[in-house]
Amino acid sequence: MFHIYCPYCEEHREEEEFHPKGQAHIARPEEPEACSDEEWGDYLFFRDNPRGIHHELWVHAVGCRKFFNITRHTVSYAILETYKMGELPRFTAEFPEGSLSEKVTTEAEAMSRQEGVKA
Amino acid sequence: MNQINRLREGGRIDRARTLSFTFNGKRYQGHAGDTLASALLANGVNIVNRSFKYSRPRGIVAAGAEEPNALIQLGGTESAQVPNVRATQQALFDGLTAQSTNGWPNVQRDLMSLVGKLGGRFMPPGFYYKTFMAPASMWMTYEKVIRKGAGLGRSPMERDPDSYDHLNQHCDLLVIGAGPVGLAAALTAARSGTRVILCDEQEEMGGSLLDSRELLDNQPAVQWVERVLDELAQCDNVTLLPRTTANGYHDHHFVTLHERRTEHLGETAPQGAGYRPTRSRMHRVRAGQVLLATGAHERPLVYGSNDVPGNLVAGAVSTYVRRYGVVPGNKLILSTTNDYAYRAALDWLDVGREVVAIVDARQAPDGELVAQARARGIRIIEGAAVLEAKGGNRVSGARIAAIDAEAFKVTGQAETLACDTIASSGGYSPVIHLASHTGARPSWNEESLGFVPSLVRGVHAAGSARGVHDLAEGLADGAAMAEQALEALDRPAGPIALPQVDSLREGAACAFYQVPHEKPTLRGPKQFVDQQNDVTAAAIELATREGFESIEHVKRYTAMGFGTDQGKLGNINGMAIAARCLGKTIPEVGTTVFRPNYTPVTFGAIVGRHCRDLFDPERYTALHQWHVEHGAEFEDVGQWKRPWYFPKTVNGKSETLDEAVARECLAVRQGVGVLDASTLGKIDIQGPDAREFLGRVYTNKWAKLAPGRVRYGLMCKDDGMLMDDGTTSCLGENHFLMTTTTGGAAGVMEWLELWHQTEWPELQVYFTSVTDHWATITVTGPEARKLLSEITDIDLDKEQFKFMDWREGQVADVPARVFRISFTGELAYEINVQANYALHVWTTLFEHGDKYDLTPYGTETMHVLRAEKGLIIAGQDTDGSVTPEDLGMQWAVGYDKPFPWIGKRALSRSDTRRKDRKQLVGLKPKDSAVVLEEGAQIVFDPDHAIPMPMVGHVTSSYYSAILGHGIALAVVKGGHHRIGETVYLPMVDGQVHQAEIVSNVFYDPKGERQHV
Amino acid sequence: MSNLVAQNIRTFETHPGVEISAESPLVFFHQRSGAPAPCTESRVALRERALLGHLILRGGAIVLDEAVHSVLGFGLPAYPNALSRDEGGERSIQWLSPDEWLLIVPGGEEFGLEGKLREALGDAHYAIVNVSGGQTLLELEGEAARELLMKSTPYDVHPDNFPVGKGVTTVFAKANLILRRPTETRWELVLRRSFADYLYRWILDAGEAYAIGVEV
Repeated sequence: MFHIYCPYCEEHREEEEFHPKGQAHIARPEEPEACSDEEWGDYLFFRDNPRGIHHELWVHAVGCRKFFNITRHTVSYAILETYKMGELPRFTAEFPEGSLSEKVTTEAEAMSRQEGVKA
Repeated sequence: MNQINRLREGGRIDRARTLSFTFNGKRYQGHAGDTLASALLANGVNIVNRSFKYSRPRGIVAAGAEEPNALIQLGGTESAQVPNVRATQQALFDGLTAQSTNGWPNVQRDLMSLVGKLGGRFMPPGFYYKTFMAPASMWMTYEKVIRKGAGLGRSPMERDPDSYDHLNQHCDLLVIGAGPVGLAAALTAARSGTRVILCDEQEEMGGSLLDSRELLDNQPAVQWVERVLDELAQCDNVTLLPRTTANGYHDHHFVTLHERRTEHLGETAPQGAGYRPTRSRMHRVRAGQVLLATGAHERPLVYGSNDVPGNLVAGAVSTYVRRYGVVPGNKLILSTTNDYAYRAALDWLDVGREVVAIVDARQAPDGELVAQARARGIRIIEGAAVLEAKGGNRVSGARIAAIDAEAFKVTGQAETLACDTIASSGGYSPVIHLASHTGARPSWNEESLGFVPSLVRGVHAAGSARGVHDLAEGLADGAAMAEQALEALDRPAGPIALPQVDSLREGAACAFYQVPHEKPTLRGPKQFVDQQNDVTAAAIELATREGFESIEHVKRYTAMGFGTDQGKLGNINGMAIAARCLGKTIPEVGTTVFRPNYTPVTFGAIVGRHCRDLFDPERYTALHQWHVEHGAEFEDVGQWKRPWYFPKTVNGKSETLDEAVARECLAVRQGVGVLDASTLGKIDIQGPDAREFLGRVYTNKWAKLAPGRVRYGLMCKDDGMLMDDGTTSCLGENHFLMTTTTGGAAGVMEWLELWHQTEWPELQVYFTSVTDHWATITVTGPEARKLLSEITDIDLDKEQFKFMDWREGQVADVPARVFRISFTGELAYEINVQANYALHVWTTLFEHGDKYDLTPYGTETMHVLRAEKGLIIAGQDTDGSVTPEDLGMQWAVGYDKPFPWIGKRALSRSDTRRKDRKQLVGLKPKDSAVVLEEGAQIVFDPDHAIPMPMVGHVTSSYYSAILGHGIALAVVKGGHHRIGETVYLPMVDGQVHQAEIVSNVFYDPKGERQHV
Repeated sequence: MSNLVAQNIRTFETHPGVEISAESPLVFFHQRSGAPAPCTESRVALRERALLGHLILRGGAIVLDEAVHSVLGFGLPAYPNALSRDEGGERSIQWLSPDEWLLIVPGGEEFGLEGKLREALGDAHYAIVNVSGGQTLLELEGEAARELLMKSTPYDVHPDNFPVGKGVTTVFAKANLILRRPTETRWELVLRRSFADYLYRWILDAGEAYAIGVEV
């Protein structure tokens, strides 16, 4: 039973509220028709199964219903970070202790972020 | 009955309260505060069980969760039976009834022990694997015989009168174990104001302090325990859970605690004021940090016949004497490797019984306890060990000799001393079970001679649980580790004053596990390592000789530490023996790890209240009550309860499913029927890009669908396989109402959000589930228009309100949206009204429906009617491997849409282009009486040698009342080009059905009836 | 097009113009088994606030906040998992997700309110969906209310984690619901219609130990 920090609800929630949706950062090819069968097959069916740091897509199904990413260690099951759609992970196989650069915020993330509201 | 071993005074039992109990049919008495084990020992009951494999008589060895033998079957009535209860953990209550788990016909005279008498040769390790290997078909028979003989307890055959529940708990710090270390830790944390849970598996908190010889602040240790517990009980931020075992440590500090709430009171929960409390409770704890103060289990030494009743671990002797006022014998011999175990001999002597000798494996032991024993005149035999216990049903003596532990040799002449009790101590193994559940591998600590836990972040161990066995050091360690945990929580620790302990100086212990014998291990008397699973030192030696080198393999081959035992007493000894045989050290051999649960957990506590009519959610439509009142039989569709059919009573007999469905089908085809279709998923879609979005997630075109119109759509995954279907209505230029299958509703909603949030966040569109907001009532059949026109202001003229149009207006005075869509092939209207008004609309329909013989129908009729029309059900006729083209639904595929919609690319993959893909067709059985079996496999050539190539299967099959024969939908290889061919369906009973491949539209092939 | 006028968004008044009895999702249970009446031993009380107006608001927080302020006189809650209410406590807005809020008002107000909000929102990109028929609200009150919730939801309902003014969507028994705490003593549960009977039976079962009473 994982304890998962939802980056949108801004608090930890029980795993029962979430659904895992597989490997993160699988972008759909812009032009599917330009893909060979093999390339399309790779997109559809082939996923990494690393021993160590892995990036996964989850959804807070019983909660805010937002999709987000988790960086998880597949041996210790430790969750190193969770981050919103459009952000990049700080912990990667290349930088298991965390990269120095700040999270990169893309346009898409800025669009979906809640702006400050007057109380 | 006379409690012959009960002391006149001392202990924490209440002698004023005498309790009666029955064990193996005999009545005994004990006192409040006893465990069943202490009461049995008080009554001089030596044999509590027969061993699992060899059926040897067994007595009580320990005083806690590590007890391997005293597994009992609890319960005086059938419904209250509980198997595998440790007598050492069961509080005594008046009227308790228990039996030995093993032993056939009884524990005193056991036929199976003949097997044991034949010697180890008869049942070597791997005995079951080797003997009962073949033929495989006989295993079921072997198993019954073995199980009967072996006996593992039995579950009740009657309904449990008790209930169980769960409680979700959250805390900053969970402290497991309320001995001195846990109490010091909990007090430290409590004073910081953090949320603390302190749990302990025993009847009383206090752990080793309940039978301690030590003084705290110059007073008996229990006084300090009482003071600390008083303070903790006063703290709002502290939850105390006695009788609560931490059984499983799961991910991210999720720990399951099992609280026995009434098991000390009676065999079923007592009836309170109109309410019975739950018998036990699972606390599902999410902790910020966890502190393991789980203590240590004392290791017995492994010597010959060490399983004869009267052999105990040394600490248990102290516990029985000091905590329960029971001295389990008269003449004691203690065999030890350390100073601490000397307490057992001193406690024994204190109550006036004879200590024959202390046999110490060390040369010249010199600690303060040793000096005390010597001063009190106890004979201490140095550099020696008990080689072998004598006696059958009870220890009668011990053979003792000088040994060389290092060389594993007996060096002196053995002498036999008479005694009735042998206590042994080979050191202390930290209880690392919970830490191992986290996946952390324990490591060997040479100083404390035990495996200590490795800890993942957020877990702390203190005191004996990490090899710090000294009381004063343990108290300090508990406080220090709590401070460490609080620091991780960023909370300041509240200072506590640790009690003053007059620690006794202890000499070093020696590493010693298996005692050598004059004979080789394989020929000498049995030396038991794991008494619960009957694993001997010889078995382990044999396993290593047979080539098992990994300790994990040795464990599985010998069954050491299996089952409910989980290696509590025996694992380290077993590893030491394996290490000796392999010429390695213990850390080189390594340890096996433990799995949850630490001790057995009753299924009731696992299930909690999720049972019987609360087992799973039942989802009801707004019309559920009407359906119940009108005799509907229900079908489960996901969690929904949908009317399956509405049997009528004809001539005093209720219709069968087939009769009712035939009647309902004909009513719809010839008159008018009504269906509660409220369970269909409904999604409200708003936004300027709603139309664009639909075009991307559906295979067909949406660009030109005008307000007031409805379209059927197919939804594929990007692999081109159908995932769901349904109609979507254009409510406004930027506003659509999508319907999904009943079972697909939640999945489709998540699917739309997935694509919107991850791939196309730039599209301006919002999705909201409105499944529960609308009730959907389908009125269908040739008379549908006439009926509906009586209660609506909507113009139902066939030119004004065409097939695949929707209109809004009033139905039965309730605002409604009416959709002219058909899943039956007949004229049909789907009426959507706000669910709170559904019953009014439904009953108004019936008020007007009498003259049309309005017939309510259920899902079975719905299935038949749609199958007659060849309409698919996603998930029944499709299974994730079927494309729209396989279904022959190219008409619903927008090949030339500009955006590469989901599933499009996959339709041009080589695999999806194959000519021999399984394609949807109709099957007409040659014999009109035959209704094919759903799932039946299809072959082209019934004479082909087995295995026949299977070319498809039946996906839907019914009897069609209107057509007068069976119909089926099926997927068949290349089926679209095989119309008219005959296929064969060989059945399990040897029959082979023949069927003709036909179009999947059986009825009204031109589709005229829905357009009338 | 008969009675349909082309609009971008088609709103719909669901309530009839004449008196027709509406049924809450809990009708079935009440008729089948009845409900335990409150008594002196009752340590927790349950009551349904049936047939309220429930609207889902979707859109950008700033735009919606302004419109809601202008129409209702109070704004969106400022934080995730928060609840804002008008002075009388009859109308509330709960954060459900960064672009989604639940607005609950007295029954019958919802259609008019939707119209006013749409007017105030103009051309902005947003959605308003009436879900009044699809959910109902239960109130739970009493000293044992928190422990009853602990039996039912894995969400931490301790006041340190669940202060007044908070609201979350979470797991409850084997279903889910919206749980909120508008006042010190009162909890509110917003249930989906189809799960309401199951959840209600669960709550009565869990409340048996506290002599739960249902106030009608």
